[in-house]
Amino acid sequence: MSEVLLMEGNEAAAEAAILAGCDAYFGYPITPQSEVIEYLADQGRKRGMVVMQVESEVAAINMVYGAAGAGARVMTSSSSPGISLMQEGLSYIACAELPCLLININRGGPGLGTIQPSQGDYFQSVKGGGHGDYHLIVLAPASVQEMADYVYLGFDLADKYRNPVLILADGALGQMMEKVIFPDYDPKQRKISKPWATTGKTANRPPNVITSLHLQSEDMEKINIHLQEKYRQIEKNEVRYELISTDDAEYLLVAYGLSARICQRVIEIARQQGIKVGLLRPISLYPYPYEMVSKLADQVRGILVVEMNAGQMVEDVRLGVNGKIPVDFYGRMGGIIPTPEDTLTSLKKLMNKTQPKKSSEKLIKEKV
Amino acid sequence: MNGTQEPINGMEVVWEKPSTLTETRMHYCPGCGHGVVHKVLMDVIEEMGIQDKTIGVAPVGCSVIAYNYMNIDMQEAAHGRATAVATGVKRVLPDKIVFTYQGDGDLAAIGTAETMHACNRGENFLIVFINNGIYGMTGGQMAPTSIVGMKTSTTPEGREVHTQGHPFKITEIIAMLPGTYYVTRHSVHTPTTVRHFKKAVEKAFKYQQEKKGTCLIEVVSNCPSGWKMTPLQSNKWIEEKMFPFYPPGDLKVDGKLVEKKPIPPAATTEIKESK
Repeated sequence: MSEVLLMEGNEAAAEAAILAGCDAYFGYPITPQSEVIEYLADQGRKRGMVVMQVESEVAAINMVYGAAGAGARVMTSSSSPGISLMQEGLSYIACAELPCLLININRGGPGLGTIQPSQGDYFQSVKGGGHGDYHLIVLAPASVQEMADYVYLGFDLADKYRNPVLILADGALGQMMEKVIFPDYDPKQRKISKPWATTGKTANRPPNVITSLHLQSEDMEKINIHLQEKYRQIEKNEVRYELISTDDAEYLLVAYGLSARICQRVIEIARQQGIKVGLLRPISLYPYPYEMVSKLADQVRGILVVEMNAGQMVEDVRLGVNGKIPVDFYGRMGGIIPTPEDTLTSLKKLMNKTQPKKSSEKLIKEKV
Repeated sequence: MNGTQEPINGMEVVWEKPSTLTETRMHYCPGCGHGVVHKVLMDVIEEMGIQDKTIGVAPVGCSVIAYNYMNIDMQEAAHGRATAVATGVKRVLPDKIVFTYQGDGDLAAIGTAETMHACNRGENFLIVFINNGIYGMTGGQMAPTSIVGMKTSTTPEGREVHTQGHPFKITEIIAMLPGTYYVTRHSVHTPTTVRHFKKAVEKAFKYQQEKKGTCLIEVVSNCPSGWKMTPLQSNKWIEEKMFPFYPPGDLKVDGKLVEKKPIPPAATTEIKESK
């Protein structure tokens, strides 16, 4: 399929799920992502998917657990408060190593918050969310096209690592319409065999058991070590990011998702004014591109992190920078999207702190 | 034939455990009903020849590691989520046989919503509900089904309605849901009741093969450790204290509520306390 279509982000993700051979979807409506279940209830069911609207997000994520354990390619989607309800199940899924895909169309919080777009769930998404030592693979699309693309990628990564994958988008990406092209993807070729799944014990194998319970400390630590080794592999193999105008950059913006789209406009305006600024857009939020952050910190004078929250990813940028250069933050909350102009103002404040370093030194010397 | 040992010369094998039970020694306390229920379930699965298509779901509770004993594919579920997990399994593998094995805390407290909605959707699987009126795994706290006056570690003066509410007759409610096909209450505290329970399990699996809808078998069971009784005392307590509130018998048959007062499937077997 190479046709160019005009679609909403939520619907593009849903269509991609069908094309990616998703066997089952379990979910509960919540704004601003209900179009996912609505689209699947129509198109998904017609094209052979199990699509169920169930009693709660708690039930939905546990149905995902059951279906994934039974070997199906399975997904759910929700928005922030619903994703919070799924954290217990996600912890179990991570420990039992069940491949599945989640989509969080992030809205403003905390609490019931607002239905407007936000990136306030970054910590929850990349640092764990539920109890215990685990990670989701987190992918952050910045366009409707990527809302579709990362569904395919997400299912493949989930199967490859037997790990839950989360697509972290926001209300604007879910709701806005853009062109999208669905790539050629043959699920029959991409789906891998799952000999560990509970499909009924046959005579030639021991029973398959899906569990996250390991009562002996020594056994549990073995599981922990195994998971950590897997996460190190993921960190080695699956770091994804995009660099825009960084070759000659003296200043760097770091932003993901919708914020990265705004930063692209900031770059256009700033470069017209002669400011050499570039953008690092992390695509995988876990694993995080720390190395690229560190590398760019050797090149630029300062970094401005732009997020639709109170400053969450900025902590990971500071880890990558490790004190080498100043890292500032600009963000809006409550569902408000930062404007390119205000972002540029913050960038100029950062420049004032860093750029005149040499000239001010000279000034001091002259005075002396 | 599962025989781990050759019979001694001149002896013949007249009984052995089904191949659907593993060699692992069970961790259940002496006198606990879990072992009997496990065996009956696995007997039926072997006799019906459905080991290769059965998937069990055991959530948190004393039976959380049932997969160590049941020689079938199993999933361990989060507390209260057994019927949600089973829904996920059954919906993607509709031709397999699925059952959940849940305690009273799992089914009637933390998992009430999942239980009710699975039954209301008529999920085509069997729910085995072990009701012993106490939280055995965590050391004998009150369960939603603890009867009034029952002493537990969190109701040291006995369950009292004003503070702790009424014992939850969830099976009666489930029977009223249109998605359920067969709802029945049993026990496994005497040989006769074990045989009746086995018949109920056979029926439930048969109904599942016929895609009739949700079947639920409640087993009014004991917890000698949690109840602080001998096994025999606990069996007597089932009859004297539990049955009046949780009377054995069918609540729903062939998708129809049983109108008459439930009749105990087994006449009580005389229980004598041995010295």
